[in-house]
Amino acid sequence: MSNTINYLNQLEDEAIYILRETAAQFEKPALLFSGGKDSIVLVHLALKAFRPGKFPFPLVHIDTGHNFPEAIAFRDYLVNKIGEKLIVGSVEESIKKYNLKETQGRFPSRNALQTYALLDVIQENEFDACIGGARRDEEKARAKERIFSVRDDFGQWDPKLQRPELWDILNGKVQKGHNVRVFPISNWTELDVWNYIQKYNIELPSLYFTHERECILHQDKLVATSEFIQPLTTDTVVVEKVRYRTVGDMTCTAAVPSEADSVQDIIDEIIQTRISERGQTRLDDQLSEAAMEDRKKQGYF
Amino acid sequence: MNTLKFITAGNVDDGKSTLIGRLLYDSDSIHTDQLGVLQKQTKQEGVDIDLSLITDGLRAEREQGITIDVAYKYFSTKKRKFIIADAPGHEQYTRNMITGASNSDLIIILVDARKGITTQTKRHASIGSLMGIKKAIIAVNKIDLVNYSEDVFTTIKNDFETIKGELNYDEVVYIPVSALVGDNIVAKSEKTPWFEGDTLLSTLEHIVISSKENLASRFQVQWVIRPKDEENHDYRGYAGQVLSGNYKTGDTVKIFPSGIESTIVRIEKHQETVERAIAGENVVFHLTDNIDISRGDSIVKTDYQPTVSNELKTWVCWLDNSPLQIGKTYLLQHRFRTVRVKIQGIDRKWDINEWQFNDSNEVRLNDIGQISVRTNQPLFFDAFTENSKNGNAILIDETNFSTVGALMFL
Repeated sequence: MSNTINYLNQLEDEAIYILRETAAQFEKPALLFSGGKDSIVLVHLALKAFRPGKFPFPLVHIDTGHNFPEAIAFRDYLVNKIGEKLIVGSVEESIKKYNLKETQGRFPSRNALQTYALLDVIQENEFDACIGGARRDEEKARAKERIFSVRDDFGQWDPKLQRPELWDILNGKVQKGHNVRVFPISNWTELDVWNYIQKYNIELPSLYFTHERECILHQDKLVATSEFIQPLTTDTVVVEKVRYRTVGDMTCTAAVPSEADSVQDIIDEIIQTRISERGQTRLDDQLSEAAMEDRKKQGYF
Repeated sequence: MNTLKFITAGNVDDGKSTLIGRLLYDSDSIHTDQLGVLQKQTKQEGVDIDLSLITDGLRAEREQGITIDVAYKYFSTKKRKFIIADAPGHEQYTRNMITGASNSDLIIILVDARKGITTQTKRHASIGSLMGIKKAIIAVNKIDLVNYSEDVFTTIKNDFETIKGELNYDEVVYIPVSALVGDNIVAKSEKTPWFEGDTLLSTLEHIVISSKENLASRFQVQWVIRPKDEENHDYRGYAGQVLSGNYKTGDTVKIFPSGIESTIVRIEKHQETVERAIAGENVVFHLTDNIDISRGDSIVKTDYQPTVSNELKTWVCWLDNSPLQIGKTYLLQHRFRTVRVKIQGIDRKWDINEWQFNDSNEVRLNDIGQISVRTNQPLFFDAFTENSKNGNAILIDETNFSTVGALMFL
């Protein structure tokens, strides 16, 4: 009976199916690894899809230069543990290479600049598919995203010219120069990801669990002080028990007050909370109503 | 707990977006920060929050107030996880509705209580049925605007019952609702005491989607795992999805295209040995003999074999701006097996508004018809109505690789 298949197994089966389809249909795929929970779950799913064989793709990390040290340390630990290849693209280098201008303001986001490093890595390595951990429930532009999302040679997403995706038949054929972004966990919600992490006891960076941290209180949001964010004399600086609900840049990801020190605590907290993941933690999505849609059109994933 | 994927079909003013908004809102699936944005956007006076705004994601959609593309929405209750394919109802976006319907187990067809069954209703019902959906809910919406009249509801129900015979649904449920006010969506309405059925949400939670486990057993090889390292020198596993039916260790199987018979010695699921695998599961098969098997090959049980042919007749839904061309070569992707195909001819076209077949020599964007095709290599398939997972395919343009047609084999 289909009822006996737990819904997490259904999501897992769908994701593994997509990962294998990516391996089979593309010549040079890559898995974009951010160090966050969604991409860690992707790695876990890839282990299930391809072991005892090796991954048919490398992991690619776009280092913004503003990453949490805990996330970088975890990345290296995981790569070493699974024995797979890692390629690092550097936003710092793209900034120098193209003389890019940093976003101004108190909490600058390198989200837009990240796209340059990403497109460089894609071009240098001739990747024809990049697997990412984006989910449709994150944001309304992402709700319209395909599983296989075709991008032109500028990496641009054209929401009006998306290919129809019928049943679970995935068409990965693209013209030369074009490439595809692949989203195996499109149909997962934040809660599904956590339930899955709990079910398989998946290791995560310590950032996701409660710890004491010095933060600046900025418009109800807690932004950690760091080498990139120094408090001003006018700032309210607090030391609080916090955790990160998403792991982005240190400069624009807010911590949330929390005492959750286990996956179960986090699951309870998410069920209770009435604010969305990105709404609570991303300072850069709130710039405009269509911030994500615009970034995606320029090549963001 | 399992997942139910459903699509909502309705016209611009039938209240489709409001219905989805209501389901999400009443099941507490909208976050407070998203609500804040919606409150800001709601321009209607006296309305606190315009529920229809929840589903429109793209700038152009908000500007024009219509849904252009399929958007996927998620919510869950204690009983089920739901995935909604929110697709546009306009005729010029039929292809988007086809896409949404192909990924759904159930269709909610919205009927405006004041208008009754219209040409649009028939078009939506027809697309859902054609794409293989087996369960339909006819939501008679705006029941508040006809004074909660039982007669109106019964007339619509009877009207749909008379056309149901021409469709392939095996269960149709009728519910009087008001998406705007909330009648019979999550809570039973006191204003329709004559209605004895369940609310919309309760119906969605309890409806049983029939499993493909009891159909003929079909498996296509998606990926061959051959590590070739010392430890796994002799490891050769065929990874893929059980499309339908079930397999167990010891089963005699036949491999297509080679026609060779073999036996399953081991079934692996995520590196653990399992005795059995059922429809929907991704597993790895190991066979007794060392046979040359590659991606796209079919491994089927010998009791009920698929049709093997390089000539076939099929339904086609055309999704591309340039029309289908007779004599032209396309690629046909039958899940993991892609072959070249020539269109031999258009047999007939389905007039989705009039519900009749017409002779025709062209199939254009949003058209639905039946065609004959010839492939350069044989396919191993079933009729779509008998086994949808092994009876569907897509047509791909050979030059720009767009997906141009959805195929359901006859």
